[in-house]
Amino acid sequence: MNLHEYQGKELLKRYGVPVQEGILAESKEEAIVAYQRLSAQTGSPVAVVKAQIHAGGRGKGGGVKLVKNEEELREKAGQILGMMLKTPQTPGGLNGPGKLVKKVLIAEDCYVPRFEDCKEYYVSILMDRERKQNVIIYSTEGGMNIEEVAEQTPHLVHKEYIDPSVGIIGFQARKIAFNLGLSGTAFKEMVKFVQSLYQTFVGADASLIEINPCLETGDGHILAVDAKVTLDDNGLYRHPDLESWRDLNEEDPTEVEAREHDLNFVKLDGNVGCMVNGAGLAMATMDIIKLSGGDPANFLDVGGTADANRVEQAFRIILKDPNVKAILINIFGGIVRCDRVANGVVQAYKNIGDIQVPIIVRLQGTNAELAKQIIDESGLKVRSAILLKEAAELVQEALQ
Amino acid sequence: MSVLVNKNSKIIVQGFTGKEGTFHAEQMIEYGTPVVGGVTPGKGGTKHLDLPVFNTVADAVEQAGADTSVIFVPPAFAADAIMEAADSGIKVIVCITEGIPVQDMVKVKAYINDRDCRLIGPNCPGIITPGEAKVGIMPGFIHRKGHVGIVSRSGTLTYEAVDQVTKTGMGQSTCIGIGGDPIVGTTTKEAVELLMNDPDTKGIIMIGEIGGGMEAEAAAYVKAHGTKPVVGFIAGQTAPKGRKMGHAGAIIGGKDDTAEAKMKIMAECGIHVVQSPAEIGQTMYDLLK
Repeated sequence: MNLHEYQGKELLKRYGVPVQEGILAESKEEAIVAYQRLSAQTGSPVAVVKAQIHAGGRGKGGGVKLVKNEEELREKAGQILGMMLKTPQTPGGLNGPGKLVKKVLIAEDCYVPRFEDCKEYYVSILMDRERKQNVIIYSTEGGMNIEEVAEQTPHLVHKEYIDPSVGIIGFQARKIAFNLGLSGTAFKEMVKFVQSLYQTFVGADASLIEINPCLETGDGHILAVDAKVTLDDNGLYRHPDLESWRDLNEEDPTEVEAREHDLNFVKLDGNVGCMVNGAGLAMATMDIIKLSGGDPANFLDVGGTADANRVEQAFRIILKDPNVKAILINIFGGIVRCDRVANGVVQAYKNIGDIQVPIIVRLQGTNAELAKQIIDESGLKVRSAILLKEAAELVQEALQ
Repeated sequence: MSVLVNKNSKIIVQGFTGKEGTFHAEQMIEYGTPVVGGVTPGKGGTKHLDLPVFNTVADAVEQAGADTSVIFVPPAFAADAIMEAADSGIKVIVCITEGIPVQDMVKVKAYINDRDCRLIGPNCPGIITPGEAKVGIMPGFIHRKGHVGIVSRSGTLTYEAVDQVTKTGMGQSTCIGIGGDPIVGTTTKEAVELLMNDPDTKGIIMIGEIGGGMEAEAAAYVKAHGTKPVVGFIAGQTAPKGRKMGHAGAIIGGKDDTAEAKMKIMAECGIHVVQSPAEIGQTMYDLLK
């Protein structure tokens, strides 16, 4: 689950990580009030308006603006709120439709006392799949795309692995601060910053925390100017408060609906819908669709219980997509019996009624023959297959 | 011969008296799997499915000689169950549970590292040596005793491969479902290595998916030490970057963990890579005939 910048910062603050302060606003009026409050706190008329969407590169698309007074604030906040923000990470990239901005963070200008005296670093924490340990990745090259830094100047990207049985040790935090070239107050603050950041990562069951940039102000303070936080979905049961931060506006409405029905669904751009039990087989089924000349319209894992109700919900969700020209149902019945799934398909089909697109049902495993018979004798416009190869051929036929 | 489990294994079920544990224990016993009992804290001393229930894994090891455990406990308690099994001297720990927090698995991995045991999973269908022992949730009847070893990160896709192999008239030595999570106890390479060293395995099917570097590591092993034909497939050729495709570990992070990149590396290392999952069984048959 992804967090917005403002939520990520709220989480960091709970663990004592210093952040760029800001106030959230969902309308121009709120933005003005937020600005007035913030200016009163900071004693400065300068502030930053930051679009809150789940995508990086917001600055590049015009979603982050510096304002020097209230008039500018009104203008920029008005522009950003309600805009379709395009960044390299929004769907379709800079040429795509962009994402609607519904919230902005009115944040303090923390590049003090003078912009030139500040330095930007990069710090992130994630779980390294090869080492099976958490790793802190850091660099003096903050504020840039870290993938590019790693590619062009790999010697400037450092890694510190954390032993899970001890957690972060003091010398590791000091090493990081030394490698970043810090001294004095900034050194001390960075040591604490890194340690608190690690506590946040473990404490909140995060799978990624990326601080880019992490700022050293002209007077030696360290703080997080941005915060990209992703939480481990499997750990959310331990953090109901964080789960309530989920912003459904940021998600595809069909995916939200699917989740309510306990279906694992990912929307894609193709023309052949699919319904499969098991994630690996679902991906393999998408690949089969591609090899048959189509493009998968979705990923959908119905899970272990492919009963009539779930099959019907899955049908309804797939059929919402007007691009779908055919549907392939691929169920390998192990514990689930294929004849029960077949009955479920027939019943769901009848309940929905008017299905215009051809449907191919491939049921293999327990009682597969009986299942094929049920489908074939149902009188519905459904083609059945037992072998995966046959199903692929039927998809090809349906698309021609 | 086979690997990890066989008719002489002494298997216990952790989470024995729960709904999942009971259902699958029954299926395992029906298949002929040597199950010697189970563990449910607080129910020690009672009987379940005509087998003894123990309070702790240590009791099961001591009193029933258990050497293998299959875990069906909910995600919140699964890490605890794995570590208990490891500490009690269980040699093969199979964790079926899906949804264990990653940070729990980071700790588990460190904890079991210097203990003499092998963890399979979590989030996996288990292991089966056909005709001898079914330690997991796979449908037993699709398997047949034979000489093809199968390693896979997926459940139903493994069944698909098994079924294709069986339909060609061949059978399986041992099928290892290593699991779909970002951290699994046994990697693709380790599982392939076990089968490569098993005299009864004549060919290996290796099924991977997007995300992580396990298949590339296994491919390098095959290139350096391979003595048997390996057929490979990677699920997720059409998966978009950055989206989690069902399995917690199935997410494309960079350019190296796409299906395309993995298939390329595997082919370069001498693995017979199939583009379509429908061709897995036939390709292995053609190589072994």
